[in-house]
Formats: sequence, C-alpha cells, structure tokens
Amino acid sequence: MRFLLVEDNHDLGQSVQTRLSLDGHAVDWAVSLGDAEDHLATASYDLILLDIMLPDGDGRDFLASHRRAKRDTPVIVMTARSAVADRVALLDTGADDYVTKPFDFTELEARVRAVLRRRGGAAQTALTYADLTFDPLAATVTINGQTKELRNRELRLFEVLVAAPDRIFSKGQLCDRLLSAAEAVTDNAIEVYVGRLRKKLEGSRAKIETVRGVGYRLTET
Amino acid sequence: MMTVFSPAGSIRRRLVVILLVVAAVLAGLLFVSVRTVANTAVETTQDAILGAATVAIAEELRGGEDGLTIDIPYAAFSMLGATGQDRVFYRILVGAETVTGYADLPLPDAPLSGLKPTFFSQQYDGDVVRTGAVSRSVLVDGRSQIVRVLVAQTRTAQDVISRQMANQAAALGLGFFVFAAILSIFTARSVLTPLNRLAEAMGRRGPQDLRPVDRAVPTELAPLMQALNGFIARLRGALTRTETFITEAAHHVRTPLATVRVQAEIAMRQTDDDALRATLRNIIRAVDDSARSAGQLLDHATVVYRADQRADELVALAPLVLDVVDSFSPTADMRDITLRVDAPDEVIALQFDRLLIESALRNLIDNAVKYSYADGIVDVQLSTDDTFAKLQVLDRGRGIGDGNSVQLAARFKRGENVGDVVGSGLGLTIVRDVTRAIGGSFDIKERQGGGTCAILLLPLA
Repeated sequence: MRFLLVEDNHDLGQSVQTRLSLDGHAVDWAVSLGDAEDHLATASYDLILLDIMLPDGDGRDFLASHRRAKRDTPVIVMTARSAVADRVALLDTGADDYVTKPFDFTELEARVRAVLRRRGGAAQTALTYADLTFDPLAATVTINGQTKELRNRELRLFEVLVAAPDRIFSKGQLCDRLLSAAEAVTDNAIEVYVGRLRKKLEGSRAKIETVRGVGYRLTET
Repeated sequence: MMTVFSPAGSIRRRLVVILLVVAAVLAGLLFVSVRTVANTAVETTQDAILGAATVAIAEELRGGEDGLTIDIPYAAFSMLGATGQDRVFYRILVGAETVTGYADLPLPDAPLSGLKPTFFSQQYDGDVVRTGAVSRSVLVDGRSQIVRVLVAQTRTAQDVISRQMANQAAALGLGFFVFAAILSIFTARSVLTPLNRLAEAMGRRGPQDLRPVDRAVPTELAPLMQALNGFIARLRGALTRTETFITEAAHHVRTPLATVRVQAEIAMRQTDDDALRATLRNIIRAVDDSARSAGQLLDHATVVYRADQRADELVALAPLVLDVVDSFSPTADMRDITLRVDAPDEVIALQFDRLLIESALRNLIDNAVKYSYADGIVDVQLSTDDTFAKLQVLDRGRGIGDGNSVQLAARFKRGENVGDVVGSGLGLTIVRDVTRAIGGSFDIKERQGGGTCAILLLPLA
C-alpha cells in the first residue's frame, strides 16, 4: 500500500517510514501541511497518516479542507491526545480513525484495514497464487470456486507468506507480524495459527511447509 | 458538586417594603391634611353663621331714655337652627350686668373688638359650645353703655360633619395606600425584569458555553455585564491556556515515546537474539504503560471535572454502545477476539453527559478486550426495565481473582492476576466515578464458567 505520512518530528517520521516499509508498504513522508499538499497534488495514496501539531498549521484544519475539497483518501490521525472528547472532535472533523501516540503497528494495520474495508476497498486488488485467489480486504481465500473466510491472524499470516512464496520465515519473524509487540509470546502461538491456516488451504495446491528447526514457507505443489 | 449559596435578602422585597413605607407615610399625611382642611372649612362656615347671628342681634339693639330695647330677630336663630339639632344659647350684657339670656354663659378671656365677632370654644352645660361675641356701645338714658352680645351653639352637627369628613379622608388614604401597594409590586417586578432575564439566560448556559453575554441590559446593569464578560473572558483564556498546555505537553511527551516504541519495534524486526528481543519487548511495554497512565490520569481528571459541570443531554444508549464497540473492533480483531452486541430495538435514553457515559463504556470494553485470551468472545448486553438501563460487559478472560468491585475501583489498584497486561489501575475508578455521578451502580464479578462480568445500572431519563 502507498501511504502519505505527515509528521514534523524527524525521528518519529523516519522511524514510521522505516517501520512501514518493513511491512512492504511504500511511504512518502511530508514534514508540513504544505509539503503534504504538494505530495497529494502529484501522487495518489491509499491512506494518509496525519499528525495534528504541524509547523505550518493544525492537522484538523487540513483535514477539514481535505474533506471540503471532496478528496476521499482515507485519513488516520496520529494524535498525542487520548481523551474521549478529543476522539469525538477528531471523528467529527472527518478523520476515518485515529491512533494515539505511541501506537502499535499491529493495531495501526488493523485500523487501516478496517478503514479501507469500510471505504469499499477500491485500494487493493485480489492476489492469485497457485490455484487460489486471495482477497486481503475481504479476508477471503477462494479455492476451486469455494470461498473461505480467514480470521484476522490467519489473514495476516497468509499475507506475509504469500508476499514472498518459497521464502522461509522464522517463528520469530512471524510472531512480529502477528502479535502486538507488547504481547507476551508463547512458543506454540505460531504453530496454532499455521495449523488453522493449513486447514483453510486444504484442497489447494498451495501448502505451508515446515522447515524443521528454521521456520515455515509457502510452496506450490 | 454545585455550590448552593444562601441569598442575602431579596431586592424585590426590599423595594416593595420601601415603597410600601413611603405609601403609608403619604397616605397618613393625606388623611391628616384632608381632615384638617375639612375641619377648618366646616368651622369657618359655622363661625360665619354664628357671627352673622350674633351681629344681627347686636344690630337690633335700641337704646332709649327708658332703657334698652332688645328685639331678637327670628331669622338669627333660624339661621343657626338650620344646621341641625344643636342647642343655642345667648347672653346679653349691659356693662357687667346680664340683661337677658343665660347668665352663666362664659365670657371670652380677651376683650371684644366691636362688631367684628370674636369666636372661642368653651365647655358649657355638659357640651362643648362655640361662642361668637360682639360688643357695641348704645346710648341708654343719655349715657353710653357697652353692650355685649354672646351667641353660643353646641357642635353636634359640626362633629357629625367632621366625622363624615374624617371617614372619607381615611377611605381616601386607604385607597391611596392600596393603589400605591399594587403599583409598587408592579414596579418592583418591572424593575427587576431585566435582572431576572439576565439571571435566567446565565442559568440556561451549559458549562461549555463561554461566549460573552451579549444582551441589551439597562444602564445600571452595564457594569455587572462588563464584569461578567471580563470574568468569562478570563476563564476562557485560562481554559484555553490549560488546553494548549495539555496539548503541547502531551505532544512533547508522546511524540518521543512513539519514536522509542517504533524504533524498538524496528530493532525487534532486525534481530533474532531472544534476550535482546525480550529486552525490547520490555521497553515497548514500559512505553505503553507510561503513555496509558498519562492518558488515564487525564481522562480521570476530565471525568471528575465534568461530573461537577455536567453538560446533560438526552443520550440514546444503543447507538452509543454500537459506536464504542465499533471503535474497538480493530483492536479486538488483532487478537481474533469477537465483539458481540445485544441491544433491544426500543430506544433507551439517559439524561446525562454523553462523554462521561462514553468514558465509562470505553474503559469497560477496553478491559474486557485487554484481559480476554486470543480467539475469545466479548459480549456487550444492553437491557432495560422501567427505571434502569442495564449494561453488561462479559468476557471469558482471566477473571478478577479474589478482587471485588470496591477494591478494583480504588485508584491505581489493579487485580492480583493482571500478569503482564498493560494497565494504569484507573479504568474502573473512572467507571465508578461516572456511575456515582449519574446515580447508578457498578459491580464487577467473576463470571460463571470463567471470565469477568461487569454490570452497570444507569437510571433512565
């Protein structure tokens, strides 16, 4: 996905950019509202991540004029304020959702997904691998015309594997993608989700292979 | 709590009392002056008749060689008789000798001044009599003699007229007083109307309404209005500064925290060293913990403030519950937790501050999601009877152990079995404070079959 990140803090901006690209997203980073306008004029984005306090103005004003101009790129606000009143005010201004700093990327991803799903999901197209079709936004895999719904963690696990077929992912790497960074990890957590996903993929030529002592990979048989 | 102050007297009462006192004094003066004028008029009229009768008698005196001829004219007495049942007395003296009439009729103290009558009042024969006296010199036997003529009359008719006059004066005074009293009540009301309207307008304002008061008021109220608007402006300024301060403080604390967290996440991605990963996880957890505590502290302060200064409105509970649950669904989704809402179709409405209810709800649902295991189910059930809305949040998480609702709602108190779940110990305190403010009840207990059951009872509008 292609993100526009609007954040004036250099360290945070750079970190978020790096962190999102680790998940395979393309991120353009604007350090001011003017900068953001320039980016929006030349490129189209799946989602805008917007800070509120910026050197050349208030993110909420930007949001309001963004909505007045009937531009429909979804906006998730990164706010430093957590109070319920602020949340209500933000959503009233036209934000699709918000995350409170500091935020968890697994949660951000979940919110992005929810926003895109709510917006009708024109942003992403279905992927095909082997004999299956994968629609990440609808959270479904279709095998031989039969559609199965994936639960959130199965979906994210499959997303990681299908993005790089035949590549071996360690349990640790998969953990990082599936669990929030603050969450306690149990050794068999990944095994549980791999087991479930295998069940959903039954009947397909796509298989999740266990590479003993190393991890897992998606292969076509 | 709202400050109840005891008023120091009432302007209206003071105004009415002062106006009534003034009216009473004026009514008294009116009574006295009307009576005095009337009495004087009656007396003057009476004296004129008495004087005319006396002079008429005196003029009929004829001196001669064989003595004094007195021919009392009938008309003189008929003049006096016309005034009613009064008795009339007369006395005529030649020198010091009474020649006819009542010899004991008292004489005036002062000397007489010819045919111009002198009047005086005196006690005589059991009554007060008004006497008119004149003197005249008459030639008797060739000698000039002073003849004095006194005519006296009782005052019965005069008193009757005076009493009538007095009654009328009293009626007039009383009428004036009643009229003035009614007028003063109206005046007090009309004078106080702008003040009352202003007070009413101020009372109608919600706690968030800090616009200056823009009303046309009488000149006398202008200083009050200026002071009021000045105060409102200062309050607004102070609040804005506080808001700005909180926003900037939050920004300057939370932005570096966010940077630390993101960088720790990145570092975690880039290492396979289990010890290092554990350390990074601890850093992330500590960041979450501090950010959360800061947020909850602020939320708690907001709840305490708003519980005092409530912005009450009619809140439909079901849409609010759905809205809050909806905002938690991505968080729940991350751990494959299912959020289920069971709310009746009928409208369940509360009269309360919407933000406070939302705060309580968010904390309960946040807890349920946080303490649930992955793949769990959280149920939010809304039901109602005639007086209360019942909101239950049920999970199959780790439960509350030996804790009870009173202990868990204490500030910064967390359950014994929270393990490594991030929390501030303020969530249930917020729920408890909101429930208290609305006059409902809050209970949290172990759910049958494992997990937690939180129950809110909120009084209906």
